[in-house]
Amino acid sequence: MGILDFFKTRPKNTASVAKERLRIIVAQERAQRGSPDYLPLLRRELLEVIKKYVNVDPDAVLINVEREGDQEVLELSVTLPDKAPDFATGQV
Amino acid sequence: MTEFIVVTSGKGGVGKTTSSASLAVGLARRGKKVAVIDFDVGLRNLDLIMGCERRVVYDFVNVIHGECTLKQALIKDKRFDSLYVLAASQTRDKEALTRDGVERVLKELADEGFDYVICDSPAGIEKGAALAMYFADRAVVVVNPEVSSVRDSDRILGLLSSKTRRAELGNGGVEQHLLLTRYNPARVEAGDMMSIKDVQEILGIEVLGVIPESEGVLAASNAGVPVILDDQSYAGQAYDDAVARLLGEQRSMRFLDAQKKGLFARIFGS
Repeated sequence: MGILDFFKTRPKNTASVAKERLRIIVAQERAQRGSPDYLPLLRRELLEVIKKYVNVDPDAVLINVEREGDQEVLELSVTLPDKAPDFATGQV
Repeated sequence: MTEFIVVTSGKGGVGKTTSSASLAVGLARRGKKVAVIDFDVGLRNLDLIMGCERRVVYDFVNVIHGECTLKQALIKDKRFDSLYVLAASQTRDKEALTRDGVERVLKELADEGFDYVICDSPAGIEKGAALAMYFADRAVVVVNPEVSSVRDSDRILGLLSSKTRRAELGNGGVEQHLLLTRYNPARVEAGDMMSIKDVQEILGIEVLGVIPESEGVLAASNAGVPVILDDQSYAGQAYDDAVARLLGEQRSMRFLDAQKKGLFARIFGS
């Protein structure tokens, strides 16, 4: 570690960024595991339909199958854009 | 009782074959009768890492198709009497493997009294990888502390708990272990690489071993001598620890701290 290194601007702690990104994507992929194969297609088609009426972000449609006891619940949530264009968070 | 251990990862180039070779050698060095099988049909490489590439006459696919006996295809290691290598076919494609065929070969190895059969999986989640894991009792998931490798490992962990015979039979599934390779303690300390704790937290399974990034690994594969036989290298010692843990020994993790280079080491190299 030399004096010059001290002045180098570099992203701080990329490992924690990696960990946080992985934590989210892994949780998401685990939730999708074992869910029906048609979900991605259903999601895409729903997005097409919604886009006919509202200009939503591609991330705006969230679709999920959850098991509650012996029944499965298809959960669908759509984030409508704010008045001012903004990055959709993908969360409702 | 034969134990079938798959060494897998999803992502390529993380050290599956290096790890398979060293785990197999480590087990054989402890007196176990071990076979190590290359499931990467079309891209044979275990033979090179084991240093027996000039002695491959028959391969795994030949045995499955009844073109030779298992005994003819097993290559006896020159260093350890109880260690055998079964090479992958270099000329066929992965479709040459069938579940029935693989099962027959594994059963014959069990009948021959092997203690451990190490299945070196190809990268990916296609047929070869699926078959390498299907009959496993335990899985060693090789992972680098890097985003794509960790994500792929999680995918593999999902497959291990659903697409294996143990999972289908519902008897507890495959016992899963993480083997962290290419670990660089200095970069972890600098915050540039995820730590063992980070990876463990994300994937949620126990860590069998941490293999530090080491020049010894390349030197070992250059020479065709599995790195575990290089007692001088940290990687070799770390593999030996992993083998001990695989056999149920308690050993604390080593080589997790960055080496503090003194003036002497800085001048003369370490």
